[in-house]
Amino acid sequence: MDAPKQVYREEAFELLSDLEDALIELEQQPGDLDTVNRIFRAMHTIKGSGAMFGFDEIATFTHTIETVYDLIREGKLSVDEDLISLTLRSCDQIKAMLSASEGEVQADDALTLEISSAFKRLIPAEPDDAAQNARCGISEGGEEDIDEKVEATFRIRFRPHRELFQNGTNPVPLLNELRSLGHARIICHLKDIPDLHEIDPEACYTSWDIILTTDKEDNAIRDVFIFVEHVSDIEITLIDDSNGIEEEEYKKIGEILFDRGDISLSDLENILGRQKKIGEMLVESGKARRSEVKSALVEQEQVRELRKKRVAASVGEGASSIRVASHKLDSLVNLVGELVTVQARLSQLSAQRNDTDLTLVSEEVERLTAELRDNAMGMRMLPIGTIFAKFKRLVRDLSTELGKEVNFTTSGEETELDKTVIDKLGDPLVHLIRNSIDHGIESPDARKAAGKPAEGTIRLTAEHSGAHVLISVSDDGAGLDTEAIRSRAIEKGLISPDAAMSEKDLFELILTPGFSTAKSISKVSGRGVGMDVVTSSIESFGGTVEIASVRGRGTTITLKLPLTLAIIDGLLVTISDEFFVIPLNAVVECIELSDEDRRHTHGRNLARVREEIVPYIPLREAFALGGGKPSIEQVVVTEVGERRIGFVVDKVVGQHQTVIKNMGKFLRHVDGVSGATIMGDGTVALILDINKITQQSEYMEASMNAAGHHA
Amino acid sequence: MSKKILAVDDSASIRQMVCFTLQKEGYEVIEASDGRDALSKIGASAVNMVITDLHMPNMNGIELIQALRANPSFKFTPIVMLTTESHQDKKDMGKQAGATGWIVKPFKPEQLIAVVKRLLG
Repeated sequence: MDAPKQVYREEAFELLSDLEDALIELEQQPGDLDTVNRIFRAMHTIKGSGAMFGFDEIATFTHTIETVYDLIREGKLSVDEDLISLTLRSCDQIKAMLSASEGEVQADDALTLEISSAFKRLIPAEPDDAAQNARCGISEGGEEDIDEKVEATFRIRFRPHRELFQNGTNPVPLLNELRSLGHARIICHLKDIPDLHEIDPEACYTSWDIILTTDKEDNAIRDVFIFVEHVSDIEITLIDDSNGIEEEEYKKIGEILFDRGDISLSDLENILGRQKKIGEMLVESGKARRSEVKSALVEQEQVRELRKKRVAASVGEGASSIRVASHKLDSLVNLVGELVTVQARLSQLSAQRNDTDLTLVSEEVERLTAELRDNAMGMRMLPIGTIFAKFKRLVRDLSTELGKEVNFTTSGEETELDKTVIDKLGDPLVHLIRNSIDHGIESPDARKAAGKPAEGTIRLTAEHSGAHVLISVSDDGAGLDTEAIRSRAIEKGLISPDAAMSEKDLFELILTPGFSTAKSISKVSGRGVGMDVVTSSIESFGGTVEIASVRGRGTTITLKLPLTLAIIDGLLVTISDEFFVIPLNAVVECIELSDEDRRHTHGRNLARVREEIVPYIPLREAFALGGGKPSIEQVVVTEVGERRIGFVVDKVVGQHQTVIKNMGKFLRHVDGVSGATIMGDGTVALILDINKITQQSEYMEASMNAAGHHA
Repeated sequence: MSKKILAVDDSASIRQMVCFTLQKEGYEVIEASDGRDALSKIGASAVNMVITDLHMPNMNGIELIQALRANPSFKFTPIVMLTTESHQDKKDMGKQAGATGWIVKPFKPEQLIAVVKRLLG
């Protein structure tokens, strides 16, 4: 039971006892309006909060009673003994319902109904329930039209009154909310701003025209303005819906301005007599403000664009997607990568030259390159559902073979991932699902004996989480047996018999090479290749594996994968004139490390980061780089798994768009380096594999400690 | 820096729900049980938004809104009232007092978030 629900229940019990007191008082003084009000308020709170915390039954039940007391409040009903005893009974019933939700005996539904209808009989001609549950300015989600969404374009004129700010309204979030509804273009009118000496700094002089293309209804737009309806003039006009394919040509500027009432027909005709650009002429002649003309132009442009698109769509439906060989995409991404590298060089050059013209071009190229990069990367994204489908067959075949009943469900098929990642994901997932069926899900008899349904469930889900995608395989099977894992690990010599290990550490043991706890080796799994294969292939492209398991309840294995592999954001650092890149998504912060700090920790590699002790790895020593170290070094604090680890470098240069190049054949298996990148001036920077480096230095530390003991 | 919201309601469950919902969205929440409590707590720290119930002991929501609007530091702070009644007159009184927006109880967490986002951006 979650905390808010618990609080609600406690509060409801309190209210009920107060309510009972009030009822007894009311019995003695049936005319006391204060007491009636008290009862009404209590019922109201029970109802209102009940609906919020998911006690819907209580909310519906109390609603009727509240209505009756509302009538009494208004003098339309009178209090008698029957009513009071009926209300007292209803209090008991609400208590029963509250207890029922705590898992105690179910409340008597028949009784609920009986009391409820007794109250209903007291209400003369039931007022409409729907009207009671009045709107609150935000329409509830989920009730949106199920019909196919049709785009329409609206012209919204938002003219706040001067006193808009007086009630704390900030118009900017409103405009942003409109933007979130669809494609919006916003034009700001400043024509009403008076001269400086006349300005009241607390008044709103600006107004806006918004041209919005959206698939939402105009009610959704009105909704945005619900809080400012009384302090502004809002005009929402439908200027284009999806049916207007025939008339591709949208209105002329003059017509639009005339339509809106910004100019009169005679103004328009007068101006049309001279043939120049109509908008220009209107501005020149002072008939229309520049911002008004601009707003009209935007409207014209947007509607024209939309109609053109529709015409194009109706001409060739099939043109919406084309198939391209994947190697072509790969080479496109490679080219973009090269381009990013060249662009970095250009930026560097222009920074040195101090030539404004060159800087201008260079900045433009930078912007375009970034856009091109995102587009090219986007093309490589595929919905993961493409590989989910094949697992259905796998589960069916395996479960029949093993005599288990398995229900397989998937979700998040639409989650997009880089094609390369998806390609490499197939085998690990097959392995995980096999494991779940073979080791996780028990035989139907065993399941029944454990009080579970004979049919086990395996869920395969994918979801976005920041720059990562989480893919998890979960089953409702036996869960991991920590004792079995421990004894197996001892038997294999992976841990010492007296090692004290947390559950999580024990789970992680199954990821080590050569580990298998299956009692018998079946055809399906337990052939010596175990979870370590999964781990190494996931780690090979920068992912991590996490295990959660509850004995008897099931196991969930989650793969955390990077969204893309080809280009990442990195943090460029230097150690004695060598450049290195640390993946930015792992970086938490950078701090300084002076000789003095070092003395405080007596030579141990620990840094204090805001009262927290963070161990660090001096990369100069880890990579055996020469050169004198600066008196103040930098520690890049990163998150490795759930821990924070610092990496000591000489200097932090800054953020760097990193195009990942694979290492050549001979260097591919160098641990601690996951690739390389070429920088603007042509130098190569190695991309650090911080997971590996951490593991290695932990291993070294452990073996040194062990050696120390023996000595 | 996360935005700070003052939640005023005499019902602990509503406060808890508001608090829980907004904290999950990354806002910092200060709780107060009535208008007087709110004024004493708000004195100490600046807040970006106030969410208040209307019916409360000691000092009700309307009085709280009036008091806040009279204070130059909160003249332009968004204030959302929680109206138990869907009756128009209560809402009008709140608007008159200077409330920026309102939510009709009972409301769902999503509705609360939508209103807060609309006013705070």
